[in-house]
Amino acid sequence: MIRSEILKEIAPVIRDQLVVCNIGIPSQELHAIDDQPTNFYMLGTMGLASSIGLGLALAQDKKVIAIDGDGSVLTNFGTLPTIANNVADNFILLIVDNGSYGSTGDQPTYAGQKTSLAAVASACGCENVVECRAEDTKQAIEDALAGNKMTIIVAKCESGNAKMPVITMDPVVIRDRFMKAVQA
Amino acid sequence: MSIHSKIVDDLVANDISFVTTVPCKQLAGVIDEVEARPEIFHIPSNKEDEGMGLCAGAWMGGKRPAIIMQNTAIGVTINTLATLIQYYRMPLPMLISYRGELREPVACQVEMAVHTKALLAQLNIPTYHFHKESDADELDTILKYTFMCNKPVAILTDASFWGGYGDQ
Repeated sequence: MIRSEILKEIAPVIRDQLVVCNIGIPSQELHAIDDQPTNFYMLGTMGLASSIGLGLALAQDKKVIAIDGDGSVLTNFGTLPTIANNVADNFILLIVDNGSYGSTGDQPTYAGQKTSLAAVASACGCENVVECRAEDTKQAIEDALAGNKMTIIVAKCESGNAKMPVITMDPVVIRDRFMKAVQA
Repeated sequence: MSIHSKIVDDLVANDISFVTTVPCKQLAGVIDEVEARPEIFHIPSNKEDEGMGLCAGAWMGGKRPAIIMQNTAIGVTINTLATLIQYYRMPLPMLISYRGELREPVACQVEMAVHTKALLAQLNIPTYHFHKESDADELDTILKYTFMCNKPVAILTDASFWGGYGDQ
């Protein structure tokens, strides 16, 4: 399974949740598969999906799912200790780990080689870290949503991208409709 | 009242309740004060761009944020300021220790100091420079301005403002 197949499978589970989605092709794929006002698409700023998601989860009570990638987490490794030490039980970090920088041409990441993001997250102090196969991602999210505990899910999948259009929505429109969804 | 308390009083009076900090010797008193206030959730960050991500999320979640950092962070956060805070039009007061100005003992700090205002100007970021303690009288107005216009705003505080570096 590749990332877009995971997103298709989990779309019905996450569509009513607040979702912060990683820059580049992941956001393009989610936008094409199931655009929702509850989705915040990152159009730039690689690496900050988990930080934005944590800030959002700490600021209000609704559940927040940050969809991140292995390359983006590697870019912002400092996020994992911050997450571990500021527990928000309404926060789920889904790291779609395809072992590659998908948006830039599928160059390999270290997460696809010797580095285990699940082990790093645990070493940083994250308490509920789940590594799963791509096929089990939907169940892992359902479990995390039911569990009411901050959870880090590392979903191991194959490298590859679906061909989806670039998001042309204005960033202020994305942000404004998202904030209205947060307040709704 | 100490200048640290006065600054944090202004944050609280402007309903700022989510503050991220990266450590700085000059700002240590303010950071201690932020940590001590029950009205503020203090979340230290490991790098300033990470902190700006946290602030963006907190603001979308309904809390007014602020970031406290050194001016060297401008070099770290230009992409985040342009593609997140400015692109999505979000307010972000940045209380910045302006290292490398008069009374600076560490020569390397001057290397970023000489770029700081130029970079902020290039980014069209409203910038205020506190040099004397009375300059902080404007902080309340600057914070109101920040949340009026939904922009990142820089407040540079130099060594003279903080009373020098002591024995450093």
